[in-house]
Amino acid sequence: MVPAPTSTTPSVAVPKSATPQLSAPQSPTAQSLAAQSSASQPSAVHLGAAERDLRLDLFRGLALWLIFLDHIPENIVSWITIRNYGFSDATEIFIFISGYTAAFVYGRTMGERGFVLASARILRRAWQIYVAHIFLFTIFMAEIAYVAATFENPLYAEEMNILDFLKQPDVTIFQALLLKFKPVNMDVLPLYIVLLLLFPPMLYLLLRAPNLALAGSAVVYALAWKLDFNLPAYPNGVWFFNPFAWQLLFVFGAWCALGGAHRLRHVMQSRAVLVVAIAYLLFAFAITLTWHVESLERFVPTWLADWMYPIDKTNLDVLRFAHFLALAAVTVRFVPRDWPGLRSPILRPAIVCGQHSLEIFCLGVFLAFAGQFIIAETSGGPLLQTAVSVLGIILMVATAYLISWYKTMEGRNPRSRVKPPDADLAGGEA
Amino acid sequence: MRVITGILASIVLVGAAIAAAEPQSDCDVPEWLIPAQSNLNRVTSAIKDHHRLDVSVIGSRSSALSGPDGARFSYPAQLEQTLRERLPGNDIKVTAHIASGQTTAEMAADLPKVLAEDRPALAIWQAGTVDALRGVEPEDFRVSLDQGLDAIAAGNADALMMNMQYSPRTESMLSVAPFADVMHWVAEQRGVVLFDRLAIMRYWSDEGTFDLYAATTGYAMARHVHECIGRALAAQIIDAAHLDADKMQTTR
Repeated sequence: MVPAPTSTTPSVAVPKSATPQLSAPQSPTAQSLAAQSSASQPSAVHLGAAERDLRLDLFRGLALWLIFLDHIPENIVSWITIRNYGFSDATEIFIFISGYTAAFVYGRTMGERGFVLASARILRRAWQIYVAHIFLFTIFMAEIAYVAATFENPLYAEEMNILDFLKQPDVTIFQALLLKFKPVNMDVLPLYIVLLLLFPPMLYLLLRAPNLALAGSAVVYALAWKLDFNLPAYPNGVWFFNPFAWQLLFVFGAWCALGGAHRLRHVMQSRAVLVVAIAYLLFAFAITLTWHVESLERFVPTWLADWMYPIDKTNLDVLRFAHFLALAAVTVRFVPRDWPGLRSPILRPAIVCGQHSLEIFCLGVFLAFAGQFIIAETSGGPLLQTAVSVLGIILMVATAYLISWYKTMEGRNPRSRVKPPDADLAGGEA
Repeated sequence: MRVITGILASIVLVGAAIAAAEPQSDCDVPEWLIPAQSNLNRVTSAIKDHHRLDVSVIGSRSSALSGPDGARFSYPAQLEQTLRERLPGNDIKVTAHIASGQTTAEMAADLPKVLAEDRPALAIWQAGTVDALRGVEPEDFRVSLDQGLDAIAAGNADALMMNMQYSPRTESMLSVAPFADVMHWVAEQRGVVLFDRLAIMRYWSDEGTFDLYAATTGYAMARHVHECIGRALAAQIIDAAHLDADKMQTTR
């Protein structure tokens, strides 16, 4: 396996206090904001614990946009996405925030109503995501079948072999149902499903001994690197996102939600951490610059390149994890929880998208397929790529507002109040 | 004065070299896509000392063309022709070994045999597509590349790697990027020349040189693409081996 860089082991400061702490600190502003956004879910207010941090919705919404843009190959607009300016990308943000909200929502359920009910809800959520994934797979199959039927070019005789799986639909569809066969760009939801399936016991531990749970997660991560284990894929190979590596980010998010962020606040507010984080972000930026400007490559010393490359996305390279931590540290510093901008109408669309992440994520994957199809059919240039990107984001936002409206309407229906709080609690999803 | 004369002379020489290097074609490749980062010492000495160059191309199906007279229009044949044109007076032979459907690991295992048979000064190794098709792990792919490059070095040949084709229509199904990254990294680490077919074809697509999205059953475009690849490949070899045609003539 690739030599794992050793000097930047996950720099998670583990504070001494191990008291299970369900509620993160709250400011009145944040509380009123969350209450406002969760008007449709009275139970959230009634529980009275910490309210939702709108920054989570904002950054998850932005991550969903970036994932959409990155999933359209040959998209000039994808130059603005963060993967071009550092090691980590929107996936890290998405998984971290998903872990955070999962712990926030189900942690409370587990604390108040017990392990069994919380686990049942987590598994129901995993099932919903599974169904969404299979739905996307169907759309993907339709696209592939179309290409297979219409596209031919002797130049690509070899590449067209990828369509061979259509000759064995029995095997292919079965492997897809087992989450072993996953088309390009359809790896995130299966990862999410596995993370949720393993989450109940992890959450149980996180509520009792959060630091122990986090340490356990780090050990699994290290073992995945050391012993090189991953889930098998079909027809060959392994999962693109190794769940045993990526769980670290998910659990870290959960740990932060259950009081870890509060315990880390002194670390996050320290000047030294800020300086280190900014320095690291600049370093990552400089390195990524050499990927795009070939002539700069020679400025990367050989010893550094040998030590650093390849930066492994499959196993969540430590460099990527550290980059995410640095980004988070800088963000937390400059975007406080009660930042007035969170209420500005400009950021509202991203926040609304972040509050309905599963639907918007799926829509984004579908729109990326569709957009790519349009670009391919018309051999479109940068102008069309820009139009497709902008239109896609507008559709994502419009759909998110529609879902919000729909949920508000349902929430006003007295009968639906009987419904138990779901993952959609407080206007967001786990 | 001598300095100025020297500078002037070099400008003239460089100008002549550029004029000679620029093929009269519609598929030029900008310099930044053909970085002259490495030396092909064995190629240089084969031409300078023996006026002879044997090249072996080892690749999968995208190194060949089907259809009538496919071999004659595929890039290995085009490479041979261009090298003969640009290095006149030398005995040049390009042999293609097409291993249809073979992964990099399988090709790496066969390399010693090919090298023993051909005894080439240069081995061009096209890899990656089959591995992407079969979902080989990028890390295993890297190990196979290393093994193959060791075999080429042991066979006393210079190595040149070629990555996969740019295929926009299959991009949503076939993810070649991780394999391209590995090849780039291995090339960098070992100081091996990489012919970046992926980037070059993408450049042609972006520039409108070829409509690589187009569906066609005809061979015209495929042949034209191979011709252009053969020429670009010849240019990179001549560049990396410092065999600029004009300088060669002056040294002889």
